[in-house]
Amino acid sequence: MSVVDRQEWDVVVVGAGGAGLRAAIEARERGARTAVICKSLFGKAHTVMAEGGIAAAMGNVNSGDNWQVHFRDTMRGGKFLNQWRMAELHAQEAPQRVWELETWGALFDRTKDGRISQRNFGGHEYPRLAHVGDRTGLELIRTLQQKIVSLQQEDHRETGDYESRLKVFQECTVTRILKDGSRVSGVFAYDRETGRFFVLQAPSVVIATGGIGKSFKVTSNSWEYTGDGHALALLAGAPLLNMEFVQFHPTGMVWPPSVKGILVTESVRGDGGVLRNSEGKRFMFDYIPDVFKEKYAQSEDEGDRWYEDPDHNRRPPELLPRDEVARAINAEVKAGRGSPHGGVFLDVSTRMPAEVIRRRLPSMYHQFKELADVDITAEPMEVGPTCHYVMGGIAVESDTAAARGVPGLYAAGEVAGGMHGSNRLGGNSLSDLLVFGRRAGWHAAEYATGLAGGRPVVDDTQIDAASAEALRPFSAEGPAPGEEDGKPPENPYTLHQELQQTMNDLVGIIRREAEMEQALEKLADLRVRARRAGVEGHRQFNPGWHLALDLRNMLLVSECVARAALERTESRGGHTREDHPTMDRDWRRINLICRLTDPTGGLAATDPVRGQIDLTRETTEPVRADLLALFDKEELVKYLTEEELYE
Amino acid sequence: MSSYDAHFKVWRGDAEGGGLEDFKVEVNDGEVVLDIIHRLQATQTPDLAVRWNCKAGKCGSCSAEINGRPRLMCMTRMSVFSREETITVTPLRAFPVVRDLVTDVGFNYTKAREVPAFVPPEKLGPGEYRMMQEDVDRSQEFRKCIECFLCQDTCHVVRDHEENKPAFAGPRFLMRVAELDMHPLDAAGETGLDRKKTAQDEHGLGYCNITKCCTEVCPEGIKITDNALIPLKERAVDRKYDPLVWLGDKILRRGSSG
Repeated sequence: MSVVDRQEWDVVVVGAGGAGLRAAIEARERGARTAVICKSLFGKAHTVMAEGGIAAAMGNVNSGDNWQVHFRDTMRGGKFLNQWRMAELHAQEAPQRVWELETWGALFDRTKDGRISQRNFGGHEYPRLAHVGDRTGLELIRTLQQKIVSLQQEDHRETGDYESRLKVFQECTVTRILKDGSRVSGVFAYDRETGRFFVLQAPSVVIATGGIGKSFKVTSNSWEYTGDGHALALLAGAPLLNMEFVQFHPTGMVWPPSVKGILVTESVRGDGGVLRNSEGKRFMFDYIPDVFKEKYAQSEDEGDRWYEDPDHNRRPPELLPRDEVARAINAEVKAGRGSPHGGVFLDVSTRMPAEVIRRRLPSMYHQFKELADVDITAEPMEVGPTCHYVMGGIAVESDTAAARGVPGLYAAGEVAGGMHGSNRLGGNSLSDLLVFGRRAGWHAAEYATGLAGGRPVVDDTQIDAASAEALRPFSAEGPAPGEEDGKPPENPYTLHQELQQTMNDLVGIIRREAEMEQALEKLADLRVRARRAGVEGHRQFNPGWHLALDLRNMLLVSECVARAALERTESRGGHTREDHPTMDRDWRRINLICRLTDPTGGLAATDPVRGQIDLTRETTEPVRADLLALFDKEELVKYLTEEELYE
Repeated sequence: MSSYDAHFKVWRGDAEGGGLEDFKVEVNDGEVVLDIIHRLQATQTPDLAVRWNCKAGKCGSCSAEINGRPRLMCMTRMSVFSREETITVTPLRAFPVVRDLVTDVGFNYTKAREVPAFVPPEKLGPGEYRMMQEDVDRSQEFRKCIECFLCQDTCHVVRDHEENKPAFAGPRFLMRVAELDMHPLDAAGETGLDRKKTAQDEHGLGYCNITKCCTEVCPEGIKITDNALIPLKERAVDRKYDPLVWLGDKILRRGSSG
C-alpha cells in the first residue's frame, strides 16, 4: 500500500503560465474544483518574458482589421500547415479575450480616443498587438494571477477557505499522468521544496507546460522549458504533432556570452528598427521570398514611408515572418557580413529620438544597458537567432482542446500543436494562450463534472512505479543488483550540456540529413547514460535531482524533433533543410505524428536505431471552402496542389 | 576574453541553521552573479538550492543579498566588483530560509490575498472601457512590478521585526492598493470600499516612515515611496483630518451599524 498523500480535485491544470491560468479561471468559473501545479512560484511563469503584445483584430488603430484578415495572416505565417479550425477560432475569439482582461484590471497602452492601442508586428497586415510598452507578458500573467486571487477571495467569503475551489500548488513538478484504463485519473507530482511525493486525483488534466527550448544551447527560454507536458502526454499515450517545427526568433542577444539567446523583442522592428550587416546595408531587401513579393516594400524609401502611410506603401521586409528573418540573418553571418560577436546590427538609435526609444522600449533599453553596457539610444544592438518556440505539440481537437485518444486529457498554449502551422507570428502566442486556455478549461470542467459513471480510480501500482522512477537518481551510484561493476554515475548537468550542444549544432536552424542521423545516435547514447544520472544530497530543494528527472523529458522531445525533421524532406517555416531547400506543395497536407514506441509507457528502449518514438504520416483535412475563399487564387497556387485547388 | 577565479562566500544551510561556505570559481567576461552560482552547481555543489527563472530581470525570482544588499542575481554584473573582492551571497533576510539561497516568501502571497481585487464598473461591458493614457500612466508604473520582493525584504518595518508582519502589507502591497486606487475605472468606491482608508486601517500604511529604502532597491526603478506611498499617505491624512469627511464617516458608520 502506498503512503503517498492523495487529494481529490475535478480539474488539474499543469502549468501556471497564460494558458494554465486562463484554463484554471474558466474551469473554476464553470463550477469545477480546480488545482493548478507549477514548477516556479505563482506569477513567475515564462509568459512574463513575452514582450511585444497580444494579437487581436479589434481594429482600434486601423478599422480595416477583422478576424478574416487575422486568419489570413496566421495561415500565411504558418505556410498553410496550420490546423485551420484552430486559426479560425483564434482569430474570432482573440478580441473578446483581450477585452475581458480589462474587466479583470489589466491596463493596456491607450489610443488617443482612450481605446486599447495596437502596434505593428511581423506578418500582421494591420497594427494588431495590444500591448503595455514591451512588458505585455508581465501584464497578462499579473492580470490572470490577480483574477485567480479575486476568485479565491470570493471563495473565502463563502467557505472561509481561500483554497476551497481553486488552489495553486507552486514549486511542484508533475512526473507522470496517471490513468485508469484509457482514461486520465490524475497526476503524480513532487514538491520541489521538500521532495515529498503526492497525487492529485482528477478525471480531467489540462497540460499547459509551454515549450522545449532548454534542449537547445542558445535559447530565449527559461529553465522550466524542458518539454515536460510534451513528454507527459507521450507517456500517457497521446500523440505529438509536427515536432520538426521549431521557431528560431531572429533577434536574440549575442553578447556577452552569459546572456546569449535572451530575447530582443520584435517590437523594436515593429516600431521602426532596422537590420544592417557589417557593410551597413539593410540586407532584408535581398531576402523577400516569392510568396511574399507583392506584400513587402522594394525600396528603403517605400518601407520608411509605410510607418506614416500604410495605406499607400508596403511594409519593410524587416517585418517578414520570423522564420524568414532568422534565415536571412543566419545567411549574412555565414557570408562573413556579421557583427563582431557573430550577429547582425539592429538599430533604433538612428531611427527615433532617444526619449521615444526609452518610452516605447523601456525594458530593452534597460536590458542592454544593464547586461551588455550598450545604450540602444546611441548605438546599434548586436542580435542573432535564438531558439524561441515550438510550433509542434500535443495533437488536440480544435474546438475542445482535448488530446487525441486519451479521455480526460487536454492541452493548451505552446504545448499544444497545430494552431501555428510551421511558423508562429509574433503576438499570436499570447492570444493563443487566452483563446485555447479558456477552451481547455471549459471542456475539462464539463467533462469532469458531467461524468455519468464513476470517477476514474488511481491504483497503487502506478504510484509505486512513479515513485521508483523519481527516486532512481539517488541510487545511481554503484552497480545495479546482478550486474558487473557499475560505471560511475553521470553528472546530469554534463548530460544536459551535451544534449543542448547536440540539438543546437545538429538539429538547429539549418538542417542536413547526415547531421540529424548523427543527432539520433548521440541522443541514443545520452539516453543510455541518462539512466545512470546520479545526484548528491537529499530530496529537499535539490536542483541536481530536478534536472536528472527533467532529462527524461528533454530526451524524449528532442528525439521527436530530430526524427520528424529527418523525415520532412522540404523547407517550410521553422524547418529548413539545406538538402531540400524549397517548399513542396505535396508536403502541405502531411502532418508527422510521434507516438511512444512502447505503448505500456515504459522507457526501456535504448536501441539507437529504433529509439523510443514511432513516426507516422497523416493527411490533414482540406481547408473549409469559405475559409479558402478569403484568399486570391494566385496566392493559393503557391501553397496548394493542383488537385486540392480543383476540389 | 579574459577569465579569472573569484572568491565567493555562499550561505548554505536550512531552517535548522547553516553558515557561509567558501568557493573559488571561474568568472568570464560579461557574467552576472547568477552565472557564477550556476557554475558552482554544475561543477562543485550540484545540490546548491537557488531560485531563478528568466535570467533577464523580468520574473523577479533570483532575489538574494549580495554583499548585504538586496539584489537580483541575474542583473548584478560581476564587473561591478573588483577581482580581489570576496563576494558574499546570502538569502533574503526578512523571510524564513528553506534551503541555501531559497527562502519561504509565503508572507507576500498572504498579503496579496488581503488586498481586495479590482472592482469592474457595473455599467461597462468588455470592449467598452475608455481610458486616457495620461490617466493610466500612474497605475502602469506600479504594474511594472516584477514581484521580486526586494522592497519587502529591505523594508525596516519587517526586516528585523517579525512582530510587525501581521499588521503590515509591505511596500509592494501598499503600492498595489495605490495602483487600484489610481485606476481610472476601479469601482470600489461604489461598493463602499475606501481603498485609501484601508491602506491606513488594514494594511499598516502608518508604519511606513518614508525612508525610501524600498525605492532604492527596486530593480524596475519604480518610485514606490514618492509615487505610491506618499500620495496614499497624503490622501489618508486628508481624509482623517478633514472635518467634513470625519463627520461623514461618523454618520455613515452609525447608519450601517444601526
